[in-house]
Amino acid sequence: MIDGLAAASIACALVAGAACLLQTWRDRAVGVGLLAAAGVVEAVLLAQVISAIVIVAGGSHADQPTNFVLYLVASVVALPVGVWWSLGDRSRWGSGVLGVACLAVAIIVVRLGQVWESTGG
Amino acid sequence: MDETAQVKETAIRGASPTAGGPGRILVTVYAIFAVAACSRSIVQISTEFDHARVAYLLSAFAAVVYVVATVALARRGAAWHRVAVTACATELLGVLAVGTASVVDSAAFPDQAVWSNYGSGYLFIPVILPIVGLTWLRRTAARARTTDRPARESTNP
Repeated sequence: MIDGLAAASIACALVAGAACLLQTWRDRAVGVGLLAAAGVVEAVLLAQVISAIVIVAGGSHADQPTNFVLYLVASVVALPVGVWWSLGDRSRWGSGVLGVACLAVAIIVVRLGQVWESTGG
Repeated sequence: MDETAQVKETAIRGASPTAGGPGRILVTVYAIFAVAACSRSIVQISTEFDHARVAYLLSAFAAVVYVVATVALARRGAAWHRVAVTACATELLGVLAVGTASVVDSAAFPDQAVWSNYGSGYLFIPVILPIVGLTWLRRTAARARTTDRPARESTNP
């Protein structure tokens, strides 16, 4: 795990999530801005998957390999599904859905770090 | 089916009262819990079942309840509405019962289950979610009845 990439993806997801919730509060539907934000987050997450594959291929391994792979898959699947579900409601609540998806991504990446290097657990 | 009926059908199919508006966020959170609880309990039961049988079986049950609640909330009609109410009520009773049991007899829960300690490992969302769900279902009950149609299989939620 590259700590920098993990931190970057958590930060991007939180910023995008906050923007989504702000748009929900302002009564705005999902627009190009939020989709672009989600795209940036997804790009960082994909970079993280690639780096994880490179690191694992290089001989390192996670403390909880099964969970690590599952969280890794979840981290890149969450946003596309979230975007699809949010676009089904062209109102403020679509933005809310995307916001929840971004926050979920942040939590997934935190858990990803924990199962890569679990201390005593 | 003529064109008008088709348009009508599409309009009604798109309008699941429980999955519209704020309900869409509710379905999102339920879906996240469904996926998380399912994958977690599959991993737990397949790799270390003997470690904490009771907790893992309860987690598996919770996972099933979350899946049923997610699908039922996303679907339209009075029947799905009833299923959603049943799932949310089961979830509330489950989290209260398991939460209390895990506090009283912590030895039976050596590993965290979704519902142990009232879902403290999950920001207490497990205990808040069914309350929000039941409140939302109560508010949409009238609309669920009016959009009810003869049972049919639609592929999209």
